[in-house]
Amino acid sequence: MSRELSLHLSLITLLFALHFILPEYHHGNLARVMVLAVYAMAYNVMFGYTGLLSLGHAMFFCAGMYGMGLSMRLYEISAGPASVIGLGVSAVFALLIGLLALRTIGVGFMIVTLMFSQAIFLTILYFNPITRGDEGFVIPQAARQIADIDLSDSGNRYFAALILFSICLLAVLKLVRAPTGRVLIAIRENEERAKMLGYDIWAHKLGAVVMSGTMAGAAGAAYGLLFGTVGASFAEVPFSILPLLYVLLGGPGTVIGPFVGTLFMFYLRDLSSALTDAHMLVAGVVLILLTLYARRGIMGLIREKWLKWLP
Amino acid sequence: MEFGPHLILAMLEGLVQASVLTLTALGLSLVFGVMRVVNVAHGEFFMLGAVFAYAITDWLTGSAAVGFLAALIIAPLLVAALAVVCDRMILRRLDYDPERTIVATIGILYVLQQVTLMTYGPDAHPVTPPFNQRLAIPWFEFTDTGLEFYFPWGLSTTSYKLFVIAAACVAGLGIWILMARSKLGLILRATQLDRETAQAFGIPVERVYAFVFGLGAAIAALGAVLVVPIQQAHYLMGGDPLLLSFIVVIIGGLGSLRGTVVAAILIGMSNGVISVFFTPTLAKILATLLVAFVLVYRPAGLFGTKVA
Repeated sequence: MSRELSLHLSLITLLFALHFILPEYHHGNLARVMVLAVYAMAYNVMFGYTGLLSLGHAMFFCAGMYGMGLSMRLYEISAGPASVIGLGVSAVFALLIGLLALRTIGVGFMIVTLMFSQAIFLTILYFNPITRGDEGFVIPQAARQIADIDLSDSGNRYFAALILFSICLLAVLKLVRAPTGRVLIAIRENEERAKMLGYDIWAHKLGAVVMSGTMAGAAGAAYGLLFGTVGASFAEVPFSILPLLYVLLGGPGTVIGPFVGTLFMFYLRDLSSALTDAHMLVAGVVLILLTLYARRGIMGLIREKWLKWLP
Repeated sequence: MEFGPHLILAMLEGLVQASVLTLTALGLSLVFGVMRVVNVAHGEFFMLGAVFAYAITDWLTGSAAVGFLAALIIAPLLVAALAVVCDRMILRRLDYDPERTIVATIGILYVLQQVTLMTYGPDAHPVTPPFNQRLAIPWFEFTDTGLEFYFPWGLSTTSYKLFVIAAACVAGLGIWILMARSKLGLILRATQLDRETAQAFGIPVERVYAFVFGLGAAIAALGAVLVVPIQQAHYLMGGDPLLLSFIVVIIGGLGSLRGTVVAAILIGMSNGVISVFFTPTLAKILATLLVAFVLVYRPAGLFGTKVA
């Protein structure tokens, strides 16, 4: 077994072991962090590896969340098939957005994704009778079951989050060690050169957007199912900025970075809430400090100093 | 009210919105044009303009007109000073790299917004307009007796709203004169065209950048001071102007001042008119989708000539 694989498997084992050790409060937090880390890993596929900075990732998260939630609410589909619908919706949606947004580059791409995401947020508000707008809706506890496993139970919820997290972590690890992943990194480093070497830039970028969008959708569907709420606040601009923050903090272009960033940021916010209600202040300060002093993030620094092989 | 008077009213409201939007968008456009920086914190400079205006008028309680005049001068200056500090401490150190400055200005956005929340508080506060006469608008109709003028009930505006439109025109004209007719404008345009060559000719590019960033923020703040007697000062009020300015600047062509003015009037007016007849949310959905598709299919904007 390679050291890359053993590192990531030991993280999963550690998270598994923590289930039996952690006190209830942190146990619940960690389940949430794992789902949010999936969202951040999705973001990392596009931003960290392919170099596509999106400012509207919340729309993919919401495609999964509302795809799942609305099919349960309106058509009374059970949780399992509804999650599959959520995944399907976010994959198709990501393909559509990718086809449009990838016609632009750089700053244009950021603003197009921001605008599409804003349009989705406003659409959710506009169809208030169906989506319940800002208020959102609750997925009843009785419906939150897959194969007779009650996902609202804290233990089951932790394991569901861990399973999703592990699948995504290993999928990203496999991707970036595979030739396709190398091409994505080549596009990030020098798009012209990658093109000259004969790689199909368009197809690779589109693939990255679809993979990232689907994974973000999976995080959204899981969040709705595990924590029982679906709401428009998950479509707002700050929720698109969060994965950027997580990834920048943890280390863009590292497999483990998004999880580290999410964990740090989650607890930073938790601690700061004792001091102030203005919780986005911490996010703002951290964003500025990161861009000024630590562009590579935590895992990026560790890779630079000690672990050169870190994927 | 009938359709005709209703439309006139909608267009007047639209024109007020358009004038403020023109100023806000001009600030954003100026910063993007000269510095190639997409300032996501622009809406917060707008918000700070309004909040400072409230603070100043609240402090100078004597007469509404004096307080407002003081706010009109002091608030933009304060905001400009703050923007220059941001430029010196953050943007310059990032060497104005497009992606990193966007991330940094997102950070600035949240810091300014949340600090305002912590100090100014979550409530909205009104500012008393310096003058506010109600002006009825005449309407005419062809009847059996010929052309007949009358004043329909509800069809009115205020003198202050007309003042906002006039003030925005004056400020816009001032910016145009500054850019097109003055020595300073020449320096700005030279920097916009080619930063290196400008530097080689002895233009202090870094000071120009700091000045432009301050000026852009001050123009947004000026727009906010003008609008705050109509719309209350609130710590979250920067979101909509930012979004609309983005839309305007992109549709008008990134960095083109003339395109920005045309697009601001177009978007402001149509936003006002659509909002009266349909819901504001629908108007915003249409505008954001429009901007996304303009960027996708015409990256230079509808009026721009350069590819950004």
